[in-house]
Amino acid sequence: MRHLALERWARGSSPLHHRDPRAKIVALLVFLIALATDSHGLPWFALGLVVLLVTALLWARIPVWGALARAGIVLPFSAVFAAVSWLAGDPARGAPLAMKSYLSALAVLVVTSTTPLPVLLRGLEAMGAPSFLLDVGQFLHRYFFVISEEAQRMNQAAVARGVSGRQWGFGGPVFRASAGALAVLFGRSYGRAGDIHRAMLARGFDGRFRPLRTLRFQRADLLFTAVASLAPIAMRLAVERALA
Amino acid sequence: MSPLIEVRGLSYRYEDGTLALNGVDFRMEPGESVALLGPNGSGKTTFVLHLNGLLRGEGSIQVCGLPVEKPNLPAIRRKLGVVFQDSDNQLFMPTVVEDVAFGLLNLGMENEAALSKARAALETVAMSAAESKAPYHLSAGEKKRVAIAGVLAMEPEILVLDEPTTFLDPPGHRSLAELLAQLPQSKIVITHDSRLAAALCKRAVFFERGQIAAEGPVDSIVARFGWDVSWERTKLRS
Repeated sequence: MRHLALERWARGSSPLHHRDPRAKIVALLVFLIALATDSHGLPWFALGLVVLLVTALLWARIPVWGALARAGIVLPFSAVFAAVSWLAGDPARGAPLAMKSYLSALAVLVVTSTTPLPVLLRGLEAMGAPSFLLDVGQFLHRYFFVISEEAQRMNQAAVARGVSGRQWGFGGPVFRASAGALAVLFGRSYGRAGDIHRAMLARGFDGRFRPLRTLRFQRADLLFTAVASLAPIAMRLAVERALA
Repeated sequence: MSPLIEVRGLSYRYEDGTLALNGVDFRMEPGESVALLGPNGSGKTTFVLHLNGLLRGEGSIQVCGLPVEKPNLPAIRRKLGVVFQDSDNQLFMPTVVEDVAFGLLNLGMENEAALSKARAALETVAMSAAESKAPYHLSAGEKKRVAIAGVLAMEPEILVLDEPTTFLDPPGHRSLAELLAQLPQSKIVITHDSRLAAALCKRAVFFERGQIAAEGPVDSIVARFGWDVSWERTKLRS
Protein backbone atom coordinates (compact mmCIF):
# COMPACT_ATOMS: atom_id res chain seq x y z
CA MET A 1 0.00 0.00 0.00
CA ARG A 2 1.15 3.54 -0.73
CA HIS A 3 1.30 5.75 2.31
CA LEU A 4 0.84 9.49 2.53
CA ALA A 5 3.83 11.65 1.64
CA LEU A 6 3.50 13.49 4.95
CA GLU A 7 3.76 10.23 6.88
CA ARG A 8 6.78 9.21 4.80
CA TRP A 9 8.48 12.59 5.28
CA ALA A 10 7.79 12.55 9.02
CA ARG A 11 9.75 9.30 9.29
CA GLY A 12 12.85 10.96 7.82
CA SER A 13 15.99 11.91 9.68
CA SER A 14 17.37 15.42 10.00
CA PRO A 15 18.26 17.84 12.80
CA LEU A 16 14.74 19.26 12.49
CA HIS A 17 13.19 15.79 12.75
CA HIS A 18 15.15 15.18 15.95
CA ARG A 19 13.91 18.28 17.75
CA ASP A 20 11.49 17.85 20.64
CA PRO A 21 7.87 18.26 19.44
CA ARG A 22 7.24 20.92 22.09
CA ALA A 23 10.01 23.10 20.63
CA LYS A 24 8.39 22.87 17.20
CA ILE A 25 4.90 23.54 18.58
CA VAL A 26 6.05 26.69 20.42
CA ALA A 27 7.90 27.94 17.31
CA LEU A 28 4.81 27.23 15.19
CA LEU A 29 2.54 29.15 17.58
CA VAL A 30 4.84 32.18 17.56
CA PHE A 31 5.01 32.03 13.75
CA LEU A 32 1.21 31.87 13.43
CA ILE A 33 0.63 34.71 15.88
CA ALA A 34 3.25 36.93 14.19
CA LEU A 35 1.64 36.24 10.82
CA ALA A 36 -1.99 36.57 11.90
CA THR A 37 -1.51 39.89 13.70
CA ASP A 38 0.44 41.59 10.92
CA SER A 39 -1.50 44.23 9.04
CA HIS A 40 1.07 46.48 7.36
CA GLY A 41 4.09 44.93 5.72
CA LEU A 42 2.56 41.67 4.51
CA PRO A 43 4.01 41.22 1.02
CA TRP A 44 7.62 41.71 2.25
CA PHE A 45 7.02 39.98 5.55
CA ALA A 46 5.38 37.08 3.68
CA LEU A 47 8.38 36.84 1.38
CA GLY A 48 10.67 36.62 4.40
CA LEU A 49 8.49 33.91 5.93
CA VAL A 50 8.54 31.92 2.69
CA VAL A 51 12.35 32.05 2.76
CA LEU A 52 12.30 30.93 6.40
CA LEU A 53 9.97 27.99 5.69
CA VAL A 54 11.82 26.91 2.55
CA THR A 55 15.06 26.97 4.55
CA ALA A 56 13.39 24.72 7.13
CA LEU A 57 12.22 22.34 4.37
CA LEU A 58 15.72 22.16 2.89
CA TRP A 59 17.22 21.61 6.34
CA ALA A 60 14.75 18.75 6.90
CA ARG A 61 15.48 17.30 3.42
CA ILE A 62 11.81 17.51 2.43
CA PRO A 63 10.98 18.02 -1.26
CA VAL A 64 10.35 21.76 -1.46
CA TRP A 65 8.05 21.80 -4.50
CA GLY A 66 6.02 18.89 -3.12
CA ALA A 67 5.54 20.71 0.18
CA LEU A 68 4.70 24.04 -1.50
CA ALA A 69 2.11 22.32 -3.67
CA ARG A 70 0.53 20.46 -0.76
CA ALA A 71 0.17 23.64 1.29
CA GLY A 72 -1.96 24.96 -1.57
CA ILE A 73 -4.78 22.68 -0.39
CA VAL A 74 -6.08 25.59 1.72
CA LEU A 75 -6.31 28.00 -1.21
CA PRO A 76 -9.76 26.94 -2.47
CA PHE A 77 -11.15 27.60 1.02
CA SER A 78 -9.43 30.96 1.48
CA ALA A 79 -10.45 31.88 -2.09
CA VAL A 80 -14.09 31.65 -0.99
CA PHE A 81 -13.49 34.14 1.82
CA ALA A 82 -11.42 36.37 -0.48
CA ALA A 83 -14.34 36.36 -2.94
CA VAL A 84 -16.77 37.24 -0.14
CA SER A 85 -14.51 40.18 0.89
CA TRP A 86 -14.37 41.33 -2.72
CA LEU A 87 -18.16 41.12 -3.09
CA ALA A 88 -18.57 42.99 0.19
CA GLY A 89 -16.62 45.90 -1.32
CA ASP A 90 -13.33 45.22 0.47
CA PRO A 91 -11.11 43.71 -2.27
CA ALA A 92 -7.90 44.73 -0.46
CA ARG A 93 -8.51 42.07 2.20
CA GLY A 94 -8.69 39.13 -0.22
CA ALA A 95 -5.00 38.77 -1.14
CA PRO A 96 -3.64 39.05 2.43
CA LEU A 97 -6.22 36.48 3.54
CA ALA A 98 -5.10 33.98 0.90
CA MET A 99 -1.43 34.73 1.64
CA LYS A 100 -1.83 34.28 5.39
CA SER A 101 -3.78 31.04 5.07
CA TYR A 102 -1.24 29.59 2.62
CA LEU A 103 1.72 30.49 4.85
CA SER A 104 -0.06 29.12 7.92
CA ALA A 105 -0.69 25.84 6.09
CA LEU A 106 2.93 25.68 4.95
CA ALA A 107 4.17 26.27 8.52
CA VAL A 108 1.89 23.53 9.85
CA LEU A 109 3.11 21.28 7.05
CA VAL A 110 6.77 21.88 8.00
CA VAL A 111 5.99 20.77 11.57
CA THR A 112 3.83 17.77 10.63
CA SER A 113 6.24 16.58 7.97
CA THR A 114 9.13 16.54 10.44
CA THR A 115 7.21 15.06 13.39
CA PRO A 116 5.28 11.77 13.29
CA LEU A 117 1.72 12.45 14.45
CA PRO A 118 1.91 10.23 17.58
CA VAL A 119 5.03 12.15 18.68
CA LEU A 120 3.33 15.47 17.94
CA LEU A 121 0.31 14.39 19.99
CA ARG A 122 2.64 13.40 22.82
CA GLY A 123 4.17 16.87 22.68
CA LEU A 124 0.71 18.45 22.87
CA GLU A 125 -0.16 16.20 25.81
CA ALA A 126 3.02 17.25 27.63
CA MET A 127 1.95 20.87 27.08
CA GLY A 128 -1.38 20.22 28.77
CA ALA A 129 -3.76 19.48 25.89
CA PRO A 130 -6.67 17.24 27.04
CA SER A 131 -5.68 13.58 26.60
CA PHE A 132 -9.19 12.66 25.43
CA LEU A 133 -8.85 14.95 22.41
CA LEU A 134 -5.39 13.60 21.68
CA ASP A 135 -6.56 9.97 21.83
CA VAL A 136 -9.33 10.88 19.40
CA GLY A 137 -6.65 12.45 17.18
CA GLN A 138 -4.59 9.25 17.30
CA PHE A 139 -7.60 7.11 16.42
CA LEU A 140 -8.57 9.43 13.56
CA HIS A 141 -5.03 9.20 12.24
CA ARG A 142 -5.09 5.38 12.39
CA TYR A 143 -8.52 5.08 10.81
CA PHE A 144 -7.63 7.51 8.08
CA PHE A 145 -5.01 4.98 7.01
CA VAL A 146 -7.54 2.16 7.27
CA ILE A 147 -9.87 3.99 4.89
CA SER A 148 -7.00 4.96 2.59
CA GLU A 149 -5.76 1.35 2.39
CA GLU A 150 -9.25 -0.01 1.73
CA ALA A 151 -9.74 2.62 -0.99
CA GLN A 152 -6.46 1.59 -2.62
CA ARG A 153 -7.46 -2.10 -2.53
CA MET A 154 -10.84 -1.33 -4.09
CA ASN A 155 -9.22 0.82 -6.75
CA GLN A 156 -6.76 -1.95 -7.62
CA ALA A 157 -9.66 -4.42 -7.88
CA ALA A 158 -11.55 -2.02 -10.17
CA VAL A 159 -8.52 -1.36 -12.37
CA ALA A 160 -7.82 -5.11 -12.57
CA ARG A 161 -11.31 -5.52 -14.02
CA GLY A 162 -10.71 -3.04 -16.77
CA VAL A 163 -11.82 0.26 -15.25
CA SER A 164 -9.80 3.08 -16.76
CA GLY A 165 -9.03 6.41 -15.17
CA ARG A 166 -11.30 8.21 -17.63
CA GLN A 167 -14.32 6.19 -16.58
CA TRP A 168 -13.98 7.50 -13.02
CA GLY A 169 -14.70 10.95 -14.43
CA PHE A 170 -17.91 12.87 -14.01
CA GLY A 171 -20.74 11.17 -15.88
CA GLY A 172 -18.71 8.00 -16.62
CA PRO A 173 -20.20 4.56 -15.97
CA VAL A 174 -18.01 4.02 -12.94
CA PHE A 175 -18.87 7.45 -11.59
CA ARG A 176 -22.51 6.38 -11.43
CA ALA A 177 -21.57 3.32 -9.40
CA SER A 178 -19.24 5.28 -7.14
CA ALA A 179 -21.93 6.07 -4.57
CA GLY A 180 -22.33 2.35 -3.98
CA ALA A 181 -18.57 1.87 -3.93
CA LEU A 182 -18.27 4.61 -1.33
CA ALA A 183 -20.80 2.83 0.87
CA VAL A 184 -18.85 -0.43 0.46
CA LEU A 185 -15.62 1.41 1.30
CA PHE A 186 -17.02 2.72 4.57
CA GLY A 187 -18.63 -0.64 5.35
CA ARG A 188 -15.33 -2.45 4.84
CA SER A 189 -13.38 0.19 6.74
CA TYR A 190 -15.84 -0.05 9.61
CA GLY A 191 -15.40 -3.83 9.70
CA ARG A 192 -11.63 -3.54 9.62
CA ALA A 193 -11.65 -0.85 12.29
CA GLY A 194 -13.58 -3.31 14.47
CA ASP A 195 -10.89 -5.96 13.88
CA ILE A 196 -8.15 -3.50 14.82
CA HIS A 197 -9.97 -2.45 17.96
CA ARG A 198 -10.42 -6.11 18.91
CA ALA A 199 -6.68 -6.72 18.43
CA MET A 200 -5.99 -3.74 20.71
CA LEU A 201 -8.36 -5.01 23.40
CA ALA A 202 -6.70 -8.43 23.21
CA ARG A 203 -3.48 -6.77 24.36
CA GLY A 204 -5.10 -5.00 27.28
CA PHE A 205 -5.97 -1.64 25.68
CA ASP A 206 -8.18 0.30 28.10
CA GLY A 207 -8.84 3.41 26.02
CA ARG A 208 -5.57 5.20 26.67
CA PHE A 209 -2.35 5.16 24.65
CA ARG A 210 0.82 4.96 26.72
CA PRO A 211 4.02 6.21 25.11
CA LEU A 212 7.08 3.96 25.27
CA ARG A 213 9.60 6.76 25.18
CA THR A 214 9.30 9.87 27.29
CA LEU A 215 10.12 13.22 25.73
CA ARG A 216 13.39 14.91 26.62
CA PHE A 217 13.75 18.62 26.12
CA GLN A 218 17.47 19.18 25.58
CA ARG A 219 19.66 22.24 25.28
CA ALA A 220 19.53 22.03 21.47
CA ASP A 221 15.71 22.14 21.67
CA LEU A 222 15.88 25.28 23.80
CA LEU A 223 18.24 26.89 21.29
CA PHE A 224 15.98 25.86 18.41
CA THR A 225 12.90 27.26 20.16
CA ALA A 226 14.64 30.59 20.74
CA VAL A 227 15.97 30.95 17.18
CA ALA A 228 12.84 29.65 15.43
CA SER A 229 10.56 31.86 17.54
CA LEU A 230 12.65 34.99 17.27
CA ALA A 231 13.16 34.74 13.49
CA PRO A 232 9.58 35.67 12.42
CA ILE A 233 9.37 38.36 15.12
CA ALA A 234 12.68 39.91 14.03
CA MET A 235 11.59 39.71 10.39
CA ARG A 236 8.34 41.49 11.10
CA LEU A 237 10.03 44.22 13.15
CA ALA A 238 12.61 44.76 10.39
CA VAL A 239 9.94 45.04 7.68
CA GLU A 240 7.81 47.41 9.78
CA ARG A 241 10.85 49.61 10.50
CA ALA A 242 11.83 49.68 6.84
CA LEU A 243 8.31 50.69 5.78
CA ALA A 244 7.87 53.28 8.53
CA MET B 1 -5.16 -31.33 37.53
CA SER B 2 -7.45 -28.46 36.60
CA PRO B 3 -7.76 -27.75 32.89
CA LEU B 4 -6.06 -24.82 31.21
CA ILE B 5 -9.26 -24.00 29.33
CA GLU B 6 -12.73 -25.33 30.00
CA VAL B 7 -15.71 -24.32 27.88
CA ARG B 8 -19.23 -25.60 28.50
CA GLY B 9 -22.27 -25.14 26.31
CA LEU B 10 -20.97 -22.07 24.48
CA SER B 11 -23.44 -20.58 22.01
CA TYR B 12 -23.19 -17.32 20.13
CA ARG B 13 -25.43 -15.62 17.60
CA TYR B 14 -24.25 -12.69 15.47
CA GLU B 15 -26.36 -9.53 15.27
CA ASP B 16 -27.68 -10.58 11.87
CA GLY B 17 -29.13 -13.71 13.49
CA THR B 18 -26.49 -16.19 12.27
CA LEU B 19 -25.87 -18.89 14.84
CA ALA B 20 -22.07 -19.00 14.88
CA LEU B 21 -21.57 -21.33 17.85
CA ASN B 22 -24.06 -23.88 19.05
CA GLY B 23 -23.37 -25.57 22.38
CA VAL B 24 -19.60 -25.99 22.15
CA ASP B 25 -17.85 -28.00 24.89
CA PHE B 26 -14.06 -27.86 24.91
CA ARG B 27 -11.30 -28.76 27.32
CA MET B 28 -7.57 -28.23 27.08
CA GLU B 29 -5.04 -29.57 29.57
CA PRO B 30 -1.83 -27.81 30.70
CA GLY B 31 1.05 -28.33 28.29
CA GLU B 32 -1.29 -29.42 25.51
CA SER B 33 -1.56 -27.85 22.05
CA VAL B 34 -4.72 -28.22 19.99
CA ALA B 35 -5.41 -27.59 16.30
CA LEU B 36 -8.82 -26.21 15.33
CA LEU B 37 -9.77 -27.44 11.88
CA GLY B 38 -12.91 -26.97 9.84
CA PRO B 39 -14.41 -25.13 6.89
CA ASN B 40 -14.48 -21.35 6.60
CA GLY B 41 -17.35 -19.93 8.62
CA SER B 42 -17.60 -22.98 10.88
CA GLY B 43 -17.03 -20.91 14.03
CA LYS B 44 -13.32 -21.44 14.80
CA THR B 45 -12.35 -17.76 15.03
CA THR B 46 -15.60 -16.86 16.77
CA PHE B 47 -14.79 -19.55 19.32
CA VAL B 48 -11.30 -18.25 20.16
CA LEU B 49 -12.55 -14.66 20.41
CA HIS B 50 -14.68 -15.86 23.32
CA LEU B 51 -11.66 -17.21 25.20
CA ASN B 52 -10.36 -13.75 26.09
CA GLY B 53 -13.73 -12.06 26.31
CA LEU B 54 -13.66 -10.23 22.98
CA LEU B 55 -17.05 -11.79 22.24
CA ARG B 56 -19.59 -12.77 24.89
CA GLY B 57 -21.95 -15.66 24.27
CA GLU B 58 -24.04 -17.99 26.40
CA GLY B 59 -22.37 -20.75 28.39
CA SER B 60 -19.39 -20.86 30.71
CA ILE B 61 -15.68 -20.39 29.97
CA GLN B 62 -12.74 -20.70 32.33
CA VAL B 63 -9.17 -19.84 31.33
CA CYS B 64 -6.36 -20.77 33.74
CA GLY B 65 -9.01 -21.25 36.43
CA LEU B 66 -10.51 -17.78 35.92
CA PRO B 67 -14.08 -17.38 34.67
CA VAL B 68 -14.17 -15.18 31.57
CA GLU B 69 -15.95 -12.24 33.19
CA LYS B 70 -15.29 -8.53 33.05
CA PRO B 71 -13.25 -8.22 36.29
CA ASN B 72 -10.94 -11.04 35.14
CA LEU B 73 -10.39 -9.84 31.59
CA PRO B 74 -7.08 -8.00 32.17
CA ALA B 75 -5.58 -11.11 33.83
CA ILE B 76 -7.02 -13.44 31.18
CA ARG B 77 -5.73 -11.28 28.32
CA ARG B 78 -2.28 -11.50 29.86
CA LYS B 79 -2.48 -15.29 30.15
CA LEU B 80 -3.98 -15.93 26.74
CA GLY B 81 -2.37 -14.11 23.82
CA VAL B 82 -4.07 -14.00 20.43
CA VAL B 83 -2.17 -13.62 17.16
CA PHE B 84 -4.75 -12.52 14.62
CA GLN B 85 -4.96 -13.76 11.04
CA ASP B 86 -4.24 -10.40 9.42
CA SER B 87 -1.11 -8.91 10.99
CA ASP B 88 -1.99 -5.49 9.56
CA ASN B 89 -4.89 -5.35 12.00
CA GLN B 90 -2.59 -6.09 14.90
CA LEU B 91 0.25 -3.69 14.14
CA PHE B 92 -0.83 -0.10 14.62
CA MET B 93 1.96 1.70 16.45
CA PRO B 94 4.48 3.93 14.62
CA THR B 95 7.47 1.61 15.09
CA VAL B 96 7.97 -2.11 15.57
CA VAL B 97 9.36 -1.84 19.10
CA GLU B 98 6.54 0.47 20.20
CA ASP B 99 4.04 -2.03 18.85
CA VAL B 100 5.63 -4.93 20.68
CA ALA B 101 5.68 -2.88 23.91
CA PHE B 102 2.02 -1.81 23.49
CA GLY B 103 0.58 -4.67 25.56
CA LEU B 104 3.26 -4.36 28.26
CA LEU B 105 2.54 -0.66 28.78
CA ASN B 106 -1.15 -1.49 29.01
CA LEU B 107 -0.27 -3.89 31.82
CA GLY B 108 1.21 -0.92 33.70
CA MET B 109 4.85 -1.83 33.18
CA GLU B 110 7.48 0.94 33.44
CA ASN B 111 8.89 2.19 30.14
CA GLU B 112 12.42 0.84 30.62
CA ALA B 113 11.21 -2.63 31.61
CA ALA B 114 8.71 -2.65 28.74
CA LEU B 115 11.43 -1.65 26.28
CA SER B 116 13.75 -4.37 27.48
CA LYS B 117 11.03 -7.05 27.32
CA ALA B 118 9.93 -5.87 23.88
CA ARG B 119 13.52 -6.16 22.65
CA ALA B 120 13.83 -9.65 24.12
CA ALA B 121 10.60 -10.70 22.37
CA LEU B 122 11.88 -9.29 19.08
CA GLU B 123 15.06 -11.29 19.54
CA THR B 124 13.02 -14.47 20.09
CA VAL B 125 11.37 -14.01 16.71
CA ALA B 126 14.62 -12.89 15.05
CA MET B 127 13.32 -9.38 14.32
CA SER B 128 15.68 -7.24 16.42
CA ALA B 129 17.03 -5.50 13.31
CA ALA B 130 13.57 -4.12 12.50
CA GLU B 131 13.10 -2.46 15.90
CA SER B 132 12.91 1.09 14.60
CA LYS B 133 11.11 0.38 11.34
CA ALA B 134 7.50 1.31 10.64
CA PRO B 135 5.43 -1.93 10.63
CA TYR B 136 3.98 -1.19 7.21
CA HIS B 137 7.46 -1.39 5.69
CA LEU B 138 7.82 -5.08 6.62
CA SER B 139 7.09 -8.15 4.52
CA ALA B 140 4.13 -10.40 5.38
CA GLY B 141 6.40 -12.89 7.14
CA GLU B 142 8.14 -10.16 9.13
CA LYS B 143 4.81 -8.63 10.13
CA LYS B 144 3.65 -12.01 11.39
CA ARG B 145 6.80 -12.40 13.47
CA VAL B 146 6.37 -8.93 14.96
CA ALA B 147 2.71 -9.68 15.75
CA ILE B 148 3.83 -12.86 17.53
CA ALA B 149 6.50 -10.87 19.40
CA GLY B 150 3.82 -8.43 20.57
CA VAL B 151 1.95 -11.31 22.14
CA LEU B 152 5.04 -13.18 23.42
CA ALA B 153 6.26 -10.05 25.20
CA MET B 154 3.28 -10.35 27.52
CA GLU B 155 4.50 -13.84 28.51
CA PRO B 156 1.19 -15.63 28.00
CA GLU B 157 0.58 -19.20 29.16
CA ILE B 158 -1.52 -19.93 26.09
CA LEU B 159 -0.89 -18.79 22.54
CA VAL B 160 -3.82 -18.63 20.14
CA LEU B 161 -2.80 -18.44 16.48
CA ASP B 162 -5.47 -17.71 13.91
CA GLU B 163 -4.32 -19.08 10.55
CA PRO B 164 -0.70 -18.06 11.20
CA THR B 165 0.63 -18.98 7.76
CA THR B 166 -1.84 -16.86 5.77
CA PHE B 167 -0.07 -14.56 3.26
CA LEU B 168 3.29 -16.33 3.77
CA ASP B 169 5.46 -17.77 1.00
CA PRO B 170 6.85 -21.33 1.44
CA PRO B 171 10.14 -20.26 3.11
CA GLY B 172 8.23 -17.90 5.41
CA HIS B 173 5.78 -20.68 6.13
CA ARG B 174 8.60 -23.08 7.03
CA SER B 175 10.51 -20.66 9.24
CA LEU B 176 7.33 -19.63 11.07
CA ALA B 177 6.49 -23.30 11.73
CA GLU B 178 10.00 -23.80 13.14
CA LEU B 179 9.64 -20.74 15.35
CA LEU B 180 6.23 -21.80 16.66
CA ALA B 181 7.47 -25.32 17.38
CA GLN B 182 10.20 -23.87 19.62
CA LEU B 183 7.83 -21.78 21.75
CA PRO B 184 7.07 -23.44 25.08
CA GLN B 185 3.51 -22.14 25.46
CA SER B 186 0.39 -24.26 25.04
CA LYS B 187 -1.13 -23.42 21.68
CA ILE B 188 -4.47 -23.29 19.98
CA VAL B 189 -3.81 -23.21 16.25
CA ILE B 190 -6.56 -22.40 13.79
CA THR B 191 -5.37 -23.63 10.42
CA HIS B 192 -6.30 -25.22 7.12
CA ASP B 193 -2.79 -26.64 6.85
CA SER B 194 -2.86 -30.23 8.10
CA ARG B 195 0.95 -30.47 8.10
CA LEU B 196 1.29 -27.40 10.32
CA ALA B 197 -1.42 -28.80 12.60
CA ALA B 198 0.45 -32.12 12.86
CA ALA B 199 3.78 -30.37 13.46
CA LEU B 200 2.50 -28.25 16.34
CA CYS B 201 -0.32 -30.27 17.92
CA LYS B 202 -1.18 -33.82 18.88
CA ARG B 203 -4.92 -33.26 19.15
CA ALA B 204 -7.29 -31.69 16.63
CA VAL B 205 -10.84 -30.46 17.02
CA PHE B 206 -13.01 -30.29 13.89
CA PHE B 207 -15.61 -27.51 13.74
CA GLU B 208 -18.67 -27.75 11.53
CA ARG B 209 -21.63 -25.34 11.50
CA GLY B 210 -20.78 -23.89 14.90
CA GLN B 211 -20.36 -27.24 16.62
CA ILE B 212 -17.50 -29.57 17.36
CA ALA B 213 -18.08 -32.43 14.94
CA ALA B 214 -15.16 -34.55 16.12
CA GLU B 215 -11.91 -34.47 18.04
CA GLY B 216 -8.91 -36.76 18.31
CA PRO B 217 -5.35 -37.22 17.05
CA VAL B 218 -4.54 -34.78 14.24
CA ASP B 219 -3.83 -37.50 11.66
CA SER B 220 -7.06 -39.35 12.26
CA ILE B 221 -9.18 -36.15 12.15
CA VAL B 222 -7.44 -35.06 8.94
CA ALA B 223 -8.01 -38.47 7.37
CA ARG B 224 -11.63 -38.68 8.53
CA PHE B 225 -12.62 -35.33 7.06
CA GLY B 226 -10.29 -35.44 4.04
CA TRP B 227 -8.64 -32.27 5.34
CA ASP B 228 -5.40 -32.42 3.39
CA VAL B 229 -4.49 -31.22 -0.08
CA SER B 230 -3.34 -34.39 -1.83
CA TRP B 231 -2.72 -33.61 -5.44
CA GLU B 232 -2.11 -37.29 -6.16
CA ARG B 233 -5.75 -37.96 -5.32
CA THR B 234 -7.06 -34.94 -7.19
CA LYS B 235 -8.08 -35.55 -10.79
CA LEU B 236 -7.26 -32.48 -12.83
CA ARG B 237 -8.05 -32.10 -16.50
CA SER B 238 -4.90 -31.57 -18.49
